[in-house]
Amino acid sequence: MSEMQDYASRLSDPQSRKFETFSYLPALDDEAIRKQVEYIVARGWNPAIEHTEPENAFDHYWYMWKLPMFGETDVDTILDESKACHTANPGHHVRMVGYDNYAQSQGTAMVIFRGPITV
Amino acid sequence: MSTKNYQAGVKEYRETYWMPDYTPADTDLLACFKITAQPGVPREEAAAAVAAESSTGTWTTVWTDLLTDLDYYKGRAYAIEDVPGDDESFYAFIAYPIDLFEEGSVVNVFTSLVGNVFGFKALRHLRLEDIRFPIAYVKTCGGPPHGIQVERDIMNKYGRPLLGCTIKPKLGLSAKNYGRAVYECLRGGLDFTKDDENVNSQPFMRWRQRFDFVMEAIHKSERETGERKGHYLNVTAPTPEEMYKRAEYAKELGSPIIMHDYITGGFCANTGLANWCRDNGVLLHIHRAMHAVLDRHPKHGIHFRVLAKILRLSGGDHLHTGTVVGKLEGDREATLGWIDLLRERYIKEDRSRGIFFDQDWGSMPGVFAVASGGIHVWHMPALVSIFGDDAILQFGGGTLGHPWGNAAGAAANRVALEACVQDRNINGNEDLEKRGGEVLRQAAKSSPELAAAMETWKEIKFEFDTVDKLDVVHR
Repeated sequence: MSEMQDYASRLSDPQSRKFETFSYLPALDDEAIRKQVEYIVARGWNPAIEHTEPENAFDHYWYMWKLPMFGETDVDTILDESKACHTANPGHHVRMVGYDNYAQSQGTAMVIFRGPITV
Repeated sequence: MSTKNYQAGVKEYRETYWMPDYTPADTDLLACFKITAQPGVPREEAAAAVAAESSTGTWTTVWTDLLTDLDYYKGRAYAIEDVPGDDESFYAFIAYPIDLFEEGSVVNVFTSLVGNVFGFKALRHLRLEDIRFPIAYVKTCGGPPHGIQVERDIMNKYGRPLLGCTIKPKLGLSAKNYGRAVYECLRGGLDFTKDDENVNSQPFMRWRQRFDFVMEAIHKSERETGERKGHYLNVTAPTPEEMYKRAEYAKELGSPIIMHDYITGGFCANTGLANWCRDNGVLLHIHRAMHAVLDRHPKHGIHFRVLAKILRLSGGDHLHTGTVVGKLEGDREATLGWIDLLRERYIKEDRSRGIFFDQDWGSMPGVFAVASGGIHVWHMPALVSIFGDDAILQFGGGTLGHPWGNAAGAAANRVALEACVQDRNINGNEDLEKRGGEVLRQAAKSSPELAAAMETWKEIKFEFDTVDKLDVVHR
């Protein structure tokens, strides 16, 4: 059995902050993000992009990047928008959302660019 | 004008209550009973007797029968079917006019349908297999206080099942030590922790101190992780007054969710609490202690799919459903059937899943299915595949039993869950169980907590045969 390890998570350590789905996995690389966007499209959900300063990540409402891309099924278009949001807001978390208009909820949401966390 | 005359005496039930030509109305409640009659009792007579005893009839005619329109109010046995693979029992289908039941009262429905009739001497066994609630009746019930979508929005959890854990040992911890166990689980990555159903307000830990310490654990773990957290504060109590007192205090502390045991606590208390939760914006987790007393025997009692429907009507945002893969009883297809009954808007009759009727819930919100009991990280691929996203996967021993403690156990489960969801989104749900081992091994490379959990639980399996199987094959 492996030797016991401390679970290092601290109020004082900004790296302890998580942001829901997939935030316990290593940051998604470009290929992994593409696969998840393909999933959103395959489910028939409407992609949308949101971003926030890391210190405000707990809020329900992040900043909406333009409008949700209703009916958009081209994965490259969706990825380009997420990159544009990231470029315009380099210090922010950027979240990819799939709106499920039948469930009237978000089918999924995941942070695809992790901003530097300082608080 | 009726010209019936009163004749005292005992009539055969089938003269009045067996109506094979009856076409059920859209507004009727329909019930399917599995009947095992005493030797010598004809099927039609037994079915008619059940219809009579669960609606307007009694053992003898009475003169006051003639003061009402019994033909309007009576239950009607309208069909009989063989039970596959069983020569002594049969299914009886009975239609009840909607006016037999008080609006919005699952209590009243059960008092009629599973009341005196279950002690009826002419029957050896009787089991209520399914009820079709007409949409007209569904609309009179409050249902889940919030439902799946609202809870996702409140808790900010999307695109994955939620993770929980029941705090153990189930009895005997002090409130402060209990809060410690909660804090460790939540900071490690769980969404929820849960009071064990036995935890009410015993001498070793009174409810008020438990609520106080648990709320501190929630607040601190939320600040630490940046995620929204909750703990099902069990408000099941000896009296309704006490139950509401505890619920009010949980709300005052800002707890997002409370918990109730709907069978031991009772359907009246549960419906009242669900209404309170809706009015006060508090989510409601439902435990099902005592269900196996009612639903486990294949020939007698009430099938769990009926208890699940009753809960959806009475109100709850979560309901325990069994895990299929863990330590507790649960046939896979049957479990999938009642999970659908909890979550979907319209469920078609499907005998291969034990569903006897189409069920239309209209706009009634769905209930999260809760899988809890004897599960650990190695079960994660199967659980994600079976339950999909609208479920809460609860690992008690599978979190707290981690060799490095609760936080590491929680992190291990969270990593395993997210790895399975990520893989499912890419490669499909179909063979997730087969790919599962590789998915977990891959994820463990960047999570020492998961690696240690996989090492700990590698050999544990629960492979006893299910006692109550669906009657779908002749055996």
